[in-house]
Amino acid sequence: MKLVFERREAASRSATLATPLIALGLTILTSLILFAALGKPAGQALYSLLLEPFDGWYNISELLLKMGPLMLIAQGLAIGFRANVFNIGAEGQLIIGAICASALPVYFPEGTSPLMLPAMIVMGAVGGAVWAGLAAGLRTRFNANEILVTLMLTLIATQVLNYLLLGPWKDPHGFNFPQSVMFPDVALLPILLPGTRVNISVLAALIVSGLAYVLMRHRFSGYQLLVGGLAPRAARYAGFSEDRAVLMSLLFGGLAAGFAGACEVAGPLGQLQRSVSTGYGYSAIIVAYLGGLNPLGIVISAFLMAALFIGGDNAMVSADLPVAAVFVFQGLLLVFYLGSLTFIRHRVTFSWQGPA
Amino acid sequence: MTILAFILAGTLAAATPMLLAALGELIVERSGVLNLGIEGMMALGAAIGFVVTYQTQNPYLGFAAAALGGIALSMVFATLALALTANQVAAGLAIGVLGQGMSSLLGKPLESQTLNAPDKLGIPGLADLPVIGPLFDQDIVVYLTLALAVAIWAVLNHSKLGLIIRAVGENPSAARAVGFPVLRIRLAAIAFGGALAGMAGAYASTIYTPLWADGMIAGRGWIAVALVVFGTWQTGRIVFGALLFGALSLGGLIGQAAGVGLPSQFLASIPYIVTILMLAVISSNRRRMRLNTIASLGQPFSN
Amino acid sequence: MTPLLQLSGVSKRYGGVHANSGIDLTVDAGSIHAILGENGAGKSTLMKLIYGVEVPDEGQILWKGQPAHLSSPSDARRLGIGMVFQHFSLFETLTVVQNMALIVPGSKADLSARIRELGEAFGLSVDPRAMVHSLSVGERQRVEILRCLLLNPSLLILDEPTSVLPPQSVALLFDTLRALKDKGIAILFISHKLEEIRDLCDTATILRQGKVTAQLDPREGSARDLATLMIGRPMPPAVHPTPHGLGDQRLELTGLDYANDDPFGVSLKDISLYVRGGEILGIAGISGNGQQELAALISGEITLPASRRDVVRLMGQPVGDLGAAKRRTRRFAFVPEDRLGRGAVPDMSLADNALLTSHSRGLVQKGFIRRQAERAFTADVIARFDVRTPGPQAEAGALSGGNLQKFIMGREMMLEPEVLLVAQPTWGVDIGAASDIRQRLVAMRNEGAAILVISEEIDELFEICDRLQVLHKGRLSPSLDVATTTVDEVGTWMIGAAT
Repeated sequence: MKLVFERREAASRSATLATPLIALGLTILTSLILFAALGKPAGQALYSLLLEPFDGWYNISELLLKMGPLMLIAQGLAIGFRANVFNIGAEGQLIIGAICASALPVYFPEGTSPLMLPAMIVMGAVGGAVWAGLAAGLRTRFNANEILVTLMLTLIATQVLNYLLLGPWKDPHGFNFPQSVMFPDVALLPILLPGTRVNISVLAALIVSGLAYVLMRHRFSGYQLLVGGLAPRAARYAGFSEDRAVLMSLLFGGLAAGFAGACEVAGPLGQLQRSVSTGYGYSAIIVAYLGGLNPLGIVISAFLMAALFIGGDNAMVSADLPVAAVFVFQGLLLVFYLGSLTFIRHRVTFSWQGPA
Repeated sequence: MTILAFILAGTLAAATPMLLAALGELIVERSGVLNLGIEGMMALGAAIGFVVTYQTQNPYLGFAAAALGGIALSMVFATLALALTANQVAAGLAIGVLGQGMSSLLGKPLESQTLNAPDKLGIPGLADLPVIGPLFDQDIVVYLTLALAVAIWAVLNHSKLGLIIRAVGENPSAARAVGFPVLRIRLAAIAFGGALAGMAGAYASTIYTPLWADGMIAGRGWIAVALVVFGTWQTGRIVFGALLFGALSLGGLIGQAAGVGLPSQFLASIPYIVTILMLAVISSNRRRMRLNTIASLGQPFSN
Repeated sequence: MTPLLQLSGVSKRYGGVHANSGIDLTVDAGSIHAILGENGAGKSTLMKLIYGVEVPDEGQILWKGQPAHLSSPSDARRLGIGMVFQHFSLFETLTVVQNMALIVPGSKADLSARIRELGEAFGLSVDPRAMVHSLSVGERQRVEILRCLLLNPSLLILDEPTSVLPPQSVALLFDTLRALKDKGIAILFISHKLEEIRDLCDTATILRQGKVTAQLDPREGSARDLATLMIGRPMPPAVHPTPHGLGDQRLELTGLDYANDDPFGVSLKDISLYVRGGEILGIAGISGNGQQELAALISGEITLPASRRDVVRLMGQPVGDLGAAKRRTRRFAFVPEDRLGRGAVPDMSLADNALLTSHSRGLVQKGFIRRQAERAFTADVIARFDVRTPGPQAEAGALSGGNLQKFIMGREMMLEPEVLLVAQPTWGVDIGAASDIRQRLVAMRNEGAAILVISEEIDELFEICDRLQVLHKGRLSPSLDVATTTVDEVGTWMIGAAT
């Protein structure tokens, strides 16, 4: 038997929409088998992972809270991925963004200026952009692979965070926990839905998604990034600068991740903690792919991934699954998604003739 | 033990997991495939190796199971990258996430458990030498890894198999035209890389630090990928790079023990910082990179 | 006598395309057999079937009267079939002898000795220790032929072997092939050049649209008859430009030196040329002598430091330090040799591909893409240049080579450039489309544009150019007037023998 791939005249639209759903279905099936094999209550686990997040106002509000940073970061990353610039260090950029944003309330814990919050957001975004910009500079100036550099910068950022929380920024009255002082009210994001932890960052994420859509769909600069990703030699032929594409991609990614980091410390955390890094930066990579690297698709996939995070927390309690199960689920999702992507651009037929 | 003796004894062992994984990735990349899932395959191998060794008290079984785990995960990658011509960077990241998740899942019940480290095998005569003696008092995997490096060097440079792997990596279309089964050769290379990454993880968790802690690979898989780049795809340079990083990671430990006035987090970051600097220095020589780089690296190929 | 190779009713489909259908072919030992057909007629597919690279969907292949199972090239080699590929199947980072060792058994010393011995016997000398990337295209072809000969073949297939050779070397290759024939080796010679086939071959099988249209002795029919069998109608007439008044110098290179960073690339030395309005200057020469570097330096894909910006001038202004986009705003346009991935993005629609270079034509306003203008422009290119496609939304990768070339050529011509650079305008294009493209180039010249054509097809250059310069090992010959020069003179420059 032989698989034959035939190129379609143009990418199939229905396949484009079906792909993430097929991937989700296969992931659910595989995890059922996997969890059962590990001796966990598979049905209960899947219920907790997939349905419970939508059960009740509290769960939904937590979902919206987690959706914001995932969406923000994924939008930034997707721009780069489409330009073939692989920033996989959004986690580090998020951490540095959180650290930069925290500097103000840590040094002015009694601050009352209403400018503190906007300044924190700007510092966070700029911090993330600078951290990613290091990778951009090393790539454009020294040809250093941005995948490895952004990853190493993430490992370094984690150490910087540990250093600050165990050392100079540790809350002196915090019973020796690795965390900073609690932030003053002027350093906190306004709550969007009263009675929940949902703050206005989710609106910001939606606005950023809109901007990303306009950039990639209607702006000539977005088109240039696309060409650079699909056919680098065509971009050179047309005279689109590769250095500019690398710089733009990484700066957008870093800005968004830094912004998200600032929103975390100024939002649900209210202080700088180690748990500011819970893998959003890595999960956002999967969110970006699952959304087809398309700004609108990412809005939906961020929603799904946020549900998965909430579901993972629930499953820990109800089905005795470790947190890692969420990462297994995410990994499977990406594997199946990439596998089914082939069908968007190719028609696959089985031929029984001839030797394989 | 003096500091010098400590470094001499420890460098090789510290370098071994990175070297094993890098040697596997070298073969994968020489055949034209970029598998960025090393970190995940190492993590999975570490967990499987630890669990199996813990249950059976047989380190050989642990290594074998870890190798199989690495191969299994690498086959997921191969399905995406070869059969379905997916983007290799994304496919590598996908199995990386999957491997790390599976690793945590499998290791969870044994969190903080320990194993007995196997005995060292001193080379008679050499191990008793003054000063450099500790260099020849290592566990068996260290010796085998070094032997493997020599074997891989010989195969790549002096055998027909090596020529075929290089030919497939340089120009898969031409290789197919003269009759080499490009995809099968790449498949075998990926499996080999998976096996070595799995064993590299097992070495890290059962011999180098025989204690289970989640996330214990801590970027060493990524350093292995980087080693292949700044070894410019040459076996000898990769060995040298791995030893350098082995020494560096020991330097951090010594620094802490000696109470240098630097925060431990800075010492822990040194290998990462050096990785970035080495990448920049070596990659900036574009002519040398062009001469050594694998022409079809990361590009999908279909018959 | 049993024929050496016999194909009956062999067919091969790719998707919906019948690359070969019902092919019958008989090759006798000790003969030189031509396979004649234009681009896309199915010659390469047929050869791949005989060499075992592809497996036929239907039909039978007999070797010395026995059914042959050719499921891989190693099967073919075992039977005694050797193949010299058009784009070679050599590995640049390996030495000559390592390339041989990949498929020929034997120790290195043994192989080296046999390479020298066979090289001397058949005029194919080459240094076994040389790295392939350091060899010229002609030398690489020798390596490919030698690699086949080391396996003592009974049948040698050569796919368009003369396209990479200067005229003098073609004669030498033919001598070699005749010597091999005298040793009893059969040769399958694939070509679309009628005169060559009449010169060399005993028998010709002619393919058109995947089918055999005739098998005959090429020396008996006229070139005109062969052409009719090959393309289904007489050859389109050549379009020679007529002399007319010339404009001022539009493109000028003075003493351009370029040291290539790429160890596999070519460095250029002291390149000088100029093109005036209303003329076509041709750059002749075998590919791999600096053509790609020269084109990239003129297009701005490679830029020079500002201190040397005077070396390249467009419309009298120094532009050496300007990038490709800036040069295009100075009424320069460029059709590159590789269409997919450089001239066009395969996974983008034709409309988006139009935007690649035509964004300055009102298709972008304040940074926003104007989709309607983009589509209208694309539809215009499609209509005016007769591009066969479902419409502006079709992806470039789905077009045939000839149609995509017409699209790219059309897009660049619609920019109404004062200077047009075209590299290998008719590579892989069928004869009808090639003739169309040449006519349009001459028409543009007649309207006053300055055109620079880089091509390795000498006949094409003699047809459409006013003047020629020859590129060899990164150096450019003086200008030769087409009206007074000869193919031999150009050929002498191509092998660097002239001074």
